[in-house]
Amino acid sequence: MAHRTPLFAAHQAAGARMVPFGGWDMPLHYGSQIEEHHSVRRSAGVFDVSHMRALDISGPRASDFLRYLLANDITRIKNPGKALYSCMLNTTGGVIDDLILYRTSTDSYRLVLNAATTDSDIDWINAQAAPFAPVIARRDDLAMLAVQGPEARAKAIPLLPADMKAVLEQLKPFNACEHDQFFVARTGYTGEDGFEIILPNAQVTDLWQRLLDAGVRPCGLGARDTLRLEAGMNLSGQDMDPEVSPLVSGLGWTIAWEPTERDFIGRAALEKQRQEPPAERFVGLLLLERGVLRHGQLIIDNDQTAGVITSGGFSPTLERSIGLARVKTEIAGNCQVEIRGKRLAARLVKPPFVRHGEIKIPL
Amino acid sequence: MSQVPSDRVYSDSHEWLMDNGDGTATVGISEHAQEALGDLVFVETPSVGDELSAKQACAVVESVKAASDIYSPISGEVVEVNELLSETPELINGDAHGEGWIFRLKIADPTEIDDLLDADAYGELIAED
Repeated sequence: MAHRTPLFAAHQAAGARMVPFGGWDMPLHYGSQIEEHHSVRRSAGVFDVSHMRALDISGPRASDFLRYLLANDITRIKNPGKALYSCMLNTTGGVIDDLILYRTSTDSYRLVLNAATTDSDIDWINAQAAPFAPVIARRDDLAMLAVQGPEARAKAIPLLPADMKAVLEQLKPFNACEHDQFFVARTGYTGEDGFEIILPNAQVTDLWQRLLDAGVRPCGLGARDTLRLEAGMNLSGQDMDPEVSPLVSGLGWTIAWEPTERDFIGRAALEKQRQEPPAERFVGLLLLERGVLRHGQLIIDNDQTAGVITSGGFSPTLERSIGLARVKTEIAGNCQVEIRGKRLAARLVKPPFVRHGEIKIPL
Repeated sequence: MSQVPSDRVYSDSHEWLMDNGDGTATVGISEHAQEALGDLVFVETPSVGDELSAKQACAVVESVKAASDIYSPISGEVVEVNELLSETPELINGDAHGEGWIFRLKIADPTEIDDLLDADAYGELIAED
């Protein structure tokens, strides 16, 4: 049977359509995915992301371990409370997963892993850990909510522990704070402002209900996907995977090449790729005709296959179809996408498509 | 529970078919199907003149998340398509059994209609979902 988050009953009460996702029964939407999407762009929505797993890593050599495990360099975040986005690579430089790492004290960190890959991620992490002997704790006792949207912080702060209020009001993007088992980060996956809140399983239903009572709309995985696509954010397993380098998945910016003496898993493979001119690059696509871009559709340029769509869908904000794609480096401007045997016109654009409620590409 | 009007018949792939009594039939997808698909954002209709056989994939509806094939419940020639769907695919979400019809065809073999499910049988089918 699929796993259920502590909010399963609350989702049913809110009219959710539940679907299997990464081994979990999760809400796809609560009636209208498009309305949920607009709520996050215009006011505030809340997502149950308790299927994502927090992993606490500590010990005197925890920092050394994470500098070896991750392609981004955790010494970029010197102070507790800072967050860092990183890929976790295999030895051939493919992306096992992308994750957010929070520094919680000098020698301790919290990773948040993707749901579908949690178990294999943890196996991989444990297998690499031995020389560094860190303490690794899987936090199955914690739930997670993402409250996102221009009004998200204003609506959430009064519902969080009063002692956190002053800090939360000043909390900067990509920073986190912790108080009495509430861990609140100003991060998210929608291109809007907001918080991700990690808290004990026993307390999540109460906070969920109070957010709904405050007018925050419950949002499902469907809206989460269209929001992240508009925001130009990669989805693990689609836009990147263990076979593909972050250098052609739009994630080159997350690789910390300096200092050169830092060895990290996948570095040798990436260094080699970096010496050669890249054959592919990662772009956004706007479909110029009616239809919907989807993962796996081919991009055609001059009658030749010139790339593949890694993520595609309908953008409720643009009311057009958009996608992310890996394409041959030399193509630019317009191209075609093959959809069910037909070739439809599309234009290469630079993601993000939407950020903080504003359309960022020419239509 | 979705409504299942008794003035038409249904396929097990969730299309409805209404015999118009003039040698033509109208086809759409059921209320149950539109609910399962969620917000529709694109409909690719067949073309007038297409010769369809029963159970042939002939149209596509795309929701925000996925594309689904629509199958012709019976054989026949497409005589009209719902042009409004190209601009307003959400007509299907709002009125799957009415304004959200997808195409009309000239019935090739009326006995094929007997193979489809009546409202009671279809109601039972979707109750199992």
